[in-house]
Amino acid sequence: MKRSTLILLKTLIWIGCLVPITWLVLSYINNSLGPDQTAEIASVTGLTAIWLLATTLAISPIRSLSPRLSWLIKFRRLLGLFMFFYATVHMLTWLGLYAGFDLTTIETDIEKRRFIIMGVTTYLFVLPLAATSTTWAIRKLGGRSWNRLHMLIYLAALTAMVHYWWKVKTGVLTPAPLTLVLLVLLGVRPVLAWNRRRKARAAVALGTASKV
Amino acid sequence: MLIGKPPDIPSSEITSRDDYFRYLSRRRFLKGAAAAGAATLAANRLAPFVAPRAVQAGTKLQTVPSPLTTTGEELTKYDDITHYNNFYEFGVDKGDPAKNAGGLPTRPWTVKVEGKVAKPLTFDIDDLLKLRPLEDRVYRHRCVEAWSMVIPWVGYSLSEFIKQCNPLPSAKYVQFLSYYNTKVEKWTYEDATINWPYSEGLRMDEAMNPLTLLTFGLYGETLPNQDGAPVRVVLPWKYGFKSAKSIVTVRFVEKQPPTTWNDQAPNEYGFYSNVNPNVDHPRWSQKTERRIGLPFYAQRRTTLMFNGYADQVASLYNGMDLRRNF
Repeated sequence: MKRSTLILLKTLIWIGCLVPITWLVLSYINNSLGPDQTAEIASVTGLTAIWLLATTLAISPIRSLSPRLSWLIKFRRLLGLFMFFYATVHMLTWLGLYAGFDLTTIETDIEKRRFIIMGVTTYLFVLPLAATSTTWAIRKLGGRSWNRLHMLIYLAALTAMVHYWWKVKTGVLTPAPLTLVLLVLLGVRPVLAWNRRRKARAAVALGTASKV
Repeated sequence: MLIGKPPDIPSSEITSRDDYFRYLSRRRFLKGAAAAGAATLAANRLAPFVAPRAVQAGTKLQTVPSPLTTTGEELTKYDDITHYNNFYEFGVDKGDPAKNAGGLPTRPWTVKVEGKVAKPLTFDIDDLLKLRPLEDRVYRHRCVEAWSMVIPWVGYSLSEFIKQCNPLPSAKYVQFLSYYNTKVEKWTYEDATINWPYSEGLRMDEAMNPLTLLTFGLYGETLPNQDGAPVRVVLPWKYGFKSAKSIVTVRFVEKQPPTTWNDQAPNEYGFYSNVNPNVDHPRWSQKTERRIGLPFYAQRRTTLMFNGYADQVASLYNGMDLRRNF
């Protein structure tokens, strides 16, 4: 990929990822954030984070469709960091606007409320991923352990999903589309891995056969 | 003091919502607010009506003042009361009912009275409207989801209606069933898995309490569909879901009737569901609430026992463990 194309695409991703936060800020200024501003901020940041998480999970499976799509990997870190940004604002919304930065309230929430426990857990899963996102950290850790560490994103996807379901009222189906997408993206991975192994075996077998 | 003097002007003398705002602003001015402040306030409150969002045109109602109205609270804007609704028959998002409830056929409308009554009856909505003088009653409204509003309802005490129904002594509870028609309310099966129709219930003494309002309007006009047109109940000391909307059947029963949210998640929504800051919802605290329509940094406020109506209703629950009977 040409350097100019790369820069152009990265700029577009930046713009796209900044849309939700810009929308929140502008709506606040315009006084059009809706009747329940706190809930609106929590909902927009939470949904953006979880859909960005799904986007980062989509990159590997889409790349495996064709070697010509391998350049997609260049955008995963950026998307992942934006996911972390929205997750952080989402977290701050809870700490500040819901709990009023009151330590007792925060403690009680973490002790007693399972959807908050799931939310905090998700944040703790993605925090080390953001912390080790620099090229320096990848080198320092080495590809193998870095990869292993970053498998935490699968757990984060699951806990984020549970967090969402536990947040809505029993019987409400709003999280269903996202759940479907995440389950497909997680479920396709063992299938792709099996396919890769099968191809590798076939290649080995072919190599052996041609030697005879 | 929660219950104050009746308003000095009945809203029957008021010609529109705009005037209602001017009247409320004027009262605030008389209470000693600076003239400039009151003018700004009036301007802010009128602003949404310069370019109002789509709302079914309400019909003005003749009303009288009520000693049971709540004073000392700033009213939530009409626009917020009508665009931030939980009415799952019309979708689960807060903005859905305003968009989807247009098809609710509010005329003709009858309310069937059945169960433990001298004789089953059917009331036409237009007769119900004339049964008693309609009163202006401002009530705080506290949702179980920890948000709140202050709403100027129009109606009369449900007890007045119940007297007309001649319930038998064996009637210990009253059950309300809401309108249910999948042709008009496809969201009932698209957005959620809930046993419809929506059912709510009260103990007889709760239903007879003068605060319990049989409600036909808000802001001096008939209810918009998304707020439970054409007739609903309002129980200001209970979480909002206890106040059944768009009522078609009132059933007097001997045993505690099944109620929708209690059936859906009994550990989260009790039959009584009185506003109680000391009993948390399993998923969030009920100690505080978010007042709708304020900027995010100013929304948080302390939740009051029985939503501030303890003087009128606490005696209904004497000797009851409100932690167990939440």
